[in-house]
Amino acid sequence: MVLTRFPDDFEARMALLQEAHSLQKTPLYDRHVALGGKMVDFAGWLMPVYYTGIIAEHLWTRKSCGVFDVSHLGEIQVKGPGALDFLQYRLTNDLNKINDGQILYNLLCDEGGFALDDVLAYRSGAEDFYLIVNAANIGRDYEALSRYAPASVSLVDRSDSTACVAIQGPRSEGILERLFGFRLEGLRYYHFGKETLAGRPVWISRSGYTGEDGFEIFSEPAAVGQIWDKLIGEGRSLGTLPAGLGARNTLRLEAGNALYGSDMDRATTPLEAGLGWAVSFDKGRFVGRDGLLKQKEHGPRRRLVGFKMLDKPIAREGYPIFKAGRKIGVVTSGSYGPSAGYNIGLGFVEAQSAVRGTGIEIEVHGRSVRAEIAKLPFVPSQHKK
Amino acid sequence: MSDSTGLRYLETHEWVRLEGKIATVGISDHAQKEISDVVFVELPKPDRTVKQKESVLVIESVKAAFDIYAPMSGKVIRVNETLKTKPDLVNRSPYGEGWLFQVECSDLKEAEALMDESRYKSLGHAAGH
Repeated sequence: MVLTRFPDDFEARMALLQEAHSLQKTPLYDRHVALGGKMVDFAGWLMPVYYTGIIAEHLWTRKSCGVFDVSHLGEIQVKGPGALDFLQYRLTNDLNKINDGQILYNLLCDEGGFALDDVLAYRSGAEDFYLIVNAANIGRDYEALSRYAPASVSLVDRSDSTACVAIQGPRSEGILERLFGFRLEGLRYYHFGKETLAGRPVWISRSGYTGEDGFEIFSEPAAVGQIWDKLIGEGRSLGTLPAGLGARNTLRLEAGNALYGSDMDRATTPLEAGLGWAVSFDKGRFVGRDGLLKQKEHGPRRRLVGFKMLDKPIAREGYPIFKAGRKIGVVTSGSYGPSAGYNIGLGFVEAQSAVRGTGIEIEVHGRSVRAEIAKLPFVPSQHKK
Repeated sequence: MSDSTGLRYLETHEWVRLEGKIATVGISDHAQKEISDVVFVELPKPDRTVKQKESVLVIESVKAAFDIYAPMSGKVIRVNETLKTKPDLVNRSPYGEGWLFQVECSDLKEAEALMDESRYKSLGHAAGH
């Protein structure tokens, strides 16, 4: 989110509603509108930013269970003999670290080692993977993958035939077991299983973006309405509430999760973004390795850090960061942290200043506001190991 | 004091209540709904002189920061100090406890350029409660 002049914002919003037909809608669109969801353009999709309020939905997710429509996410299936070797070469992390039924976080880099996207690789088998990619990048990712894919490996964009609902928060496991009869105790973090719901196949993974324990259910678009209705209908008395992308954003920010498109773009390397743990230099050759190795040897010149505001205003995307009056970086994400109770953000600063506790100043609405480089995450993760 | 009777509006959704030369300023119910979840109001300094349609303060919500404009020119004589600890009053009581600041108007004729409630409502921004 950026500094928005109210009238412009309003006009933009009106124009948006008039052009709504040109934006994509998930299969749950009508349900969001019926629930009073405030619909906004997110990466070309009309998505609910909130239903009742961002703070309420954020706090409810930390305390109980928030249900999010994330059907805008892209899914690219990578299938055929050589799929594993191809992805080992095309992605940054080492897929031999995981077994079938597991998920691994990866970067998709260009030849220079710059991030084209961050993707989750779901390993169904050595010859069958699903990559979950950011909505805005589906086409570009597909291109970047296909350029290197051998003839034996087929790439299929399943984004239009896959819907996804995220169920996040401490009560998620109990609620899903109760509503759908799943047995989830044995499903570990970043593992997934194949189930049947109302006669239709679904995948359920223990995963999410909020820092809470939680799950994501992938289904056919035709089946997601029924799943959603049960989650927020019957589920309500068990502790669910629908939550929008606004809460998803504040939750991920408190959890210290970078968002591609805000905190990373194709001018960012994974090492700068603090994602070196998802780059395996030991696994052999991969696209972008040379550039990344060189950067690793010298150390990146800038680093993504978390910061805590020491005064009231919120530092938002694009605001400059200073240290003792000298510009050292820029804010990439900023918000009030509803669970943290103060204003937080992520930003790039020169590497020598990327030290926890360092006092910085951020220019907000023309004045200098004190902040401090902070430990990530802002709110401890509650993932079940 | 918490209803919207007799208020006049700027097209940018600020309302003003005129009592003699004193103008009390806030934002409409429609605007607070658009802004949602107010977490900080950067109030102007008392004694500051403002011009009609000049940006006077910033309201921060979880989703964005919004400039708020002065409906009338004059001197800021009072700001709503309660908003420093309870910024969400802007959401909960946009026409009452969530008022923003008061201006001593330098030119009451400026009010003629403002919209009355029916005109404001006709733009589709029903004041509501």
